[in-house]
Amino acid sequence: MPLVGGLDVGSRSIELVLHDGDRVVDQRKTATTFDPLRQARALLAGVRLDRLVATGYGRGLVENAGLCAAVETITEIKAYGLGAAALCPEARTVLDVGGQDTKAIALAAGGKILKFEMNDRCAAGTGKFLEHLATVFQIPLAEFGAYALEGKEQLTINSMCTVFAETEAVSLMARGRDPHDIALGLHASIVKRTTAMLARVGLASPVLFAGGVANNPCVVRLLAAALGTPLCIPEQPEMVGAHGAAVHGCRTGV
Amino acid sequence: MTTNAHQAMWEQLNLDIPAHDGLLAVLGKFYGDIYLSQSGRLKGMEYLDFVLSEVHGLRIKELQDAKASGRKIVGTFCVFVPEELTLAADAVHVGLCSGAEAGFAEAEQLVPRNTCALIKSFIGFKLARLCPFTESCDLVIGETTCDGKKKAYEAFAEHVPLEVLEVPQRKTAADRLLWKSEVLRYKQLLEELTGNQITAEKLQAAIQTVNAKRRALQRLNALRQADPAPISGRDALLINQVAFYDDPIRFTASINALCDQIGERVGKKEGVAPAGTPRLLLSGCPMAVPNWKLPYIVESSGAVIVGEESCIGSRNTRDLVSEEAATLDEMIDALVDRYLKIDCACFTPNQERQDNVRAMVKDLQADGVIHYSLLFCQPYEYEAIKIEKTLSQDGTPMLSIATDYSMEDVEQLKTRVEAFVEMIK
Ligand code: SF4
Ligand code: SF4
Repeated sequence: MPLVGGLDVGSRSIELVLHDGDRVVDQRKTATTFDPLRQARALLAGVRLDRLVATGYGRGLVENAGLCAAVETITEIKAYGLGAAALCPEARTVLDVGGQDTKAIALAAGGKILKFEMNDRCAAGTGKFLEHLATVFQIPLAEFGAYALEGKEQLTINSMCTVFAETEAVSLMARGRDPHDIALGLHASIVKRTTAMLARVGLASPVLFAGGVANNPCVVRLLAAALGTPLCIPEQPEMVGAHGAAVHGCRTGV
Repeated sequence: MTTNAHQAMWEQLNLDIPAHDGLLAVLGKFYGDIYLSQSGRLKGMEYLDFVLSEVHGLRIKELQDAKASGRKIVGTFCVFVPEELTLAADAVHVGLCSGAEAGFAEAEQLVPRNTCALIKSFIGFKLARLCPFTESCDLVIGETTCDGKKKAYEAFAEHVPLEVLEVPQRKTAADRLLWKSEVLRYKQLLEELTGNQITAEKLQAAIQTVNAKRRALQRLNALRQADPAPISGRDALLINQVAFYDDPIRFTASINALCDQIGERVGKKEGVAPAGTPRLLLSGCPMAVPNWKLPYIVESSGAVIVGEESCIGSRNTRDLVSEEAATLDEMIDALVDRYLKIDCACFTPNQERQDNVRAMVKDLQADGVIHYSLLFCQPYEYEAIKIEKTLSQDGTPMLSIATDYSMEDVEQLKTRVEAFVEMIK
């Protein structure tokens, strides 16, 4: 069986899915850092690939780096569509909230893309937003969602901009508001932004929620409530793009 | 002419020489990367390469010579200004391009920051003393199209000799009357500026000249219906851009010669990309020199552009002025009617544009549309939503892009365009 690698070079992390045509044989993940190519090499160390499909923001970097004899690139939109179709074939909408971008994709059966939206230049409402605000709260990122779920009253944060949202949060704290409530409000502001984007692609259910932010229980709960539909969340939501790239590699043959 | 002579001319025009040298260097590099690197280009494009390389050189020299012989130069920013009248008054008609991010810091002292890049650019070029065309103008004509331009002209009037034509916002009989009075006022302005009387004979000749130019461009557009696409969208855009500042008669002859070559190519089923390459129509705001960012991204993403539904494109060339008229009055009416057909997003309602985009998709066999608006351009951003709805009725996919002249979103745009191309393949 030939071995195909799907590599998703994102702005914050790099994911690798190894696929033998039948099933996923391994999944790996590392941070992007300032030297994504070195990180990708390290991730691939010891793996003998027949074919590599790169996707994500840094796909172009990998294309001619000699990581494998047969390298192809596809966009993250296509990769997430294919990954979602493989992991949850009935999904008709994909939401990906990653480190620095958000995308919403309308899917037909088989993972064909019907329409998509991406956030523009700034990182408002992405994983980076949560990461930054978790630091302000001095809470580890992995615990930030659970922390926010302890909030009782969802305060309104008006700004989608990371810097202004921080100012709002700090001034609410200065007014003595419960930090849990503030955290809840910050999570709600991400959800508000993503639901608007989902509406623009038509929001057909079921919705597959992908990307690192899908690990955050507070965003998941608020989003499911706002959409009024349960979400399909893969076991490792950040792997969907790499998975899709691997699926593409298996389809196009070696 | 040597560079030294150019240099002297630029000094005489009071350009900021070091900044202008910088601009030309960037322009040259950009042109090399985006244009000269293309393979399989038509021989006839050499003329365009030459004209562009001399855009601030020989063409400006021609304008200075025209001025020395007593002719006047009229600068415009919109396809609503009737070129026929300018030519009939024996003046030179140039479109001022405003497609680069230069002098924005200066411009932002006159216009708000959230103004479209095109407006900031024409103001910036003037304030930073970078544009030899603007500096050569005896008169600049503005128009009341979008709010941004309307208000910008108030500020601009303090820096150039400016007159503003009132373009109506609807197309009723009353609007036509208003527009006719403005066309007549433009005629009078020209006669006062040049001291030349616009006669029926002169206007008829001018109508024929401009119609011939538009016919050549229509011919080019029609040839692009072929698959494989015989010319790149970048080259076609360049042709449409050059149409605004080159001498009209020389330009028309060159484009007709180019079309002969394209015709041969089509006959041999040759093209710039293999048959079956995804074909895209660009639609939206004008792309002025050197705003080649999006076409370059699109054509580096495995697609070919087959049409430009824009003022630097089909909106400028679609309609001809009737040549039936015999008297001066009838000719003015013919002009008024032709110009009121323009389907600019500043009009309301503007169903014509919806129909025209649809028709272009069909004629050019486009697989999809990329709608392009400049950030902060309300008219086109609004219509992007409408056009997407219209096109979805025909099952034509559309990607809506709002951007400006900066390069900071290039990677983002590449991903979106590539994903769109993957989607329609
Ligand atoms: S888009 Fe409208 S305002 Fe702009 S040049 Fe065209 S007709 Fe004039
Ligand atoms: S691009 Fe839009 S906002 Fe800018 S001048 Fe043209 S119509 Fe006005």
